[in-house]
Amino acid sequence: MLDSYTIRQDFPILHQSINGKPLIYLDSAASSQKPLAVIQAMDEYYRSYHANVHRGIYQLSEKATEAYEAARRKVARFVNARSWREIIFTRNATEAINLVAYAWGRRNITARDKILVTEMEHHANLVPWQQLVAETGARLAYIPLDEHYCCDIAAYEAMLDERVKLVAITQMSNVLGTIVPVREFVTRAHAVGALVLLDGAQGVPHLPTDVQFLDVDFLAASGHKMLGPTGSGFLYGKRHLLEEMPPFLTGGEMIRRVTWEGAEWNELPHKFEAGTPAIAEAIGLGFAVDYLSRLGMENVRQHEVELTRYALEQLGQVEGIRIYGPQHVDMRGGAIAFNMDNLHAHDVAAILDREGIAIRAGHHCAMPLHQKMGVTATARASFYVYNEPAEIDRLVEALDMVRRLFER
Amino acid sequence: MDDLYREIILDHYRNPRNKGTLEHPTHTFQDDNPLCGDRIRMDLKVNGTGVIEQVRFDGEGCAISQASASMLTEMVLGKSLEEAKAIRKEDILEALGIQLGPVRIKCALLSLKVLKGALYGLRGAADDEE
Repeated sequence: MLDSYTIRQDFPILHQSINGKPLIYLDSAASSQKPLAVIQAMDEYYRSYHANVHRGIYQLSEKATEAYEAARRKVARFVNARSWREIIFTRNATEAINLVAYAWGRRNITARDKILVTEMEHHANLVPWQQLVAETGARLAYIPLDEHYCCDIAAYEAMLDERVKLVAITQMSNVLGTIVPVREFVTRAHAVGALVLLDGAQGVPHLPTDVQFLDVDFLAASGHKMLGPTGSGFLYGKRHLLEEMPPFLTGGEMIRRVTWEGAEWNELPHKFEAGTPAIAEAIGLGFAVDYLSRLGMENVRQHEVELTRYALEQLGQVEGIRIYGPQHVDMRGGAIAFNMDNLHAHDVAAILDREGIAIRAGHHCAMPLHQKMGVTATARASFYVYNEPAEIDRLVEALDMVRRLFER
Repeated sequence: MDDLYREIILDHYRNPRNKGTLEHPTHTFQDDNPLCGDRIRMDLKVNGTGVIEQVRFDGEGCAISQASASMLTEMVLGKSLEEAKAIRKEDILEALGIQLGPVRIKCALLSLKVLKGALYGLRGAADDEE
C-alpha cells in the first residue's frame, strides 16, 4: 500500500475536525481533495505571473503560456497520447463529452445509426446521447449488466452491427465501482466500424490509462476528481478525428484569421478552446498529474485494491447492509454503494456526518441504474490515495451506530 | 444522540400517525422529490362545514420527510380548510425542532407542498407556496 501517513501531510484539508471528530473523507468519487502542490501552483500563478495566454508579447504572458502548455503536455504524457495536440482542456468530463456529442455527433450521426451505452452510465455520458438521438432520429441502446453488475459482453457483441456508429462507455462505474474491460469493447466496436468514447471521469484518477494501448477514439476526464482543481478537465481525441470536427464553441482564441465574411479555424488543440481558458486550473491540473505520476498509477491502483478488499470484508459484516457492485476487487474500483435495511441513504449519510465521516447519498447522477437496482438512492463510500484502513474501521463503527439508533 | 434525529422525529418515523390512504378523499395530491427519492401522498376528507375530519399520508423516503408528514397530519386534523391553508413552512420546521441545510430542508417541506397541492387542487398553487 501507499504510505498514506506521508501522503496525508500533503493534504491540508484532511487535518480538521467535523463535529468534534477527525474528518474522514470518503467522497473522492464525487470530488477529490487537493495536495498543497496544486494549491500552491495556482496561488503562485495568480501572485506572480498571471496574464492571458498565447497572445501577450511580454514576459508575464509568455510565462503563463509556457505553464499552460506545459500542463497540456503533462496530461498528454499521463494518458500516453501520441501528441499534445490531442489534448483539449475543458471544464470537466461533462463538457468534454458534450463537445464530442455536438462537434462530432451532429455531423456524423444520422437517423439510421445506433449509439450504444451501458446501463451504468453517469448522466454525463447518457443525457448528451439522448439529446443527440432525439435530434437526429438515431437509436440509443443499452448494453446490459449481468447478475454480478458487470457488462454482459455476449449481449454487447449481439448488439453490434454496421449501424452502430458510437459506443460510449464508462471506464469505471461511479456507483458500482465496476471496471469495464475497455480493450475488449474497443476491439469489437472497431470491427464493425464504430468509434469508442471512454468516460474516464472515474477511471483516469484511479487506473493506469493508456489511450494508445486501449485504442479508444475519445477519452473524457475531470481534473477535480484526480487531485486537480474544479473547472479543469480534458478531452483526448485521435488527431484525425479532431481535425475533421468543426469547432464546438466559437469566438476568440480558436480562430486563425477573421474577416468580415467569416473565419478560418485555428490549429489543434486551440480550435476547440474558444475564449480565455481556465489557466490557473490547467496549471493546477498539471501539478495534480505530476503528483499522481510520482506516486505511480500502478501503486495508486494497488492501494485502492487493498482498501476496497478490506472495506468489502468489514462492511459485509455490518448487520442489515446490502452492498452493490462486483464482489471481486479485480473487477472493481474503490467506490462502494450500499444501503442499510429500510433506511434512506440520506439518513445514513446525515448520521455519519455527525461522526465526521463524509460519504455521498443519493442517485449519484445515475437514476436509470438505480431504477434497475430497484432503489431510489444508495449511500456510497469512495477511496483515494489519502485514505487508510483505520478510516474504514471508523465507518463500520458508525454504521453500527446508525443501525442501533433506528432500531430502538 | 444528536439534534437532527431527536426522539420526536424518530418516534414519528418509527410509528407514523395517520399512515395509509382514504377510500373516497375529497382532496388528494402526491408529489416526490426525484433527487432523493422521497415520495408523499396525502388524502383528506373535508366535511360539509369545511373541517378536515380525516387525513392520511402515504409514502417513502428519509426519516425527516416521513416524520414531517406524520406531524403535519396531526396538525391539520380537525382544522378548517382556511386554517390548514395558513400553515407555513416555519410551522413545520418549528414542529421538527431542528436546523436543516439547503438539501435536507426539501425533505422536511415536501409534505407541506403536497398538503397545499391537495388543498388548492392545483400543482401551480402548490409550487408557488415554496
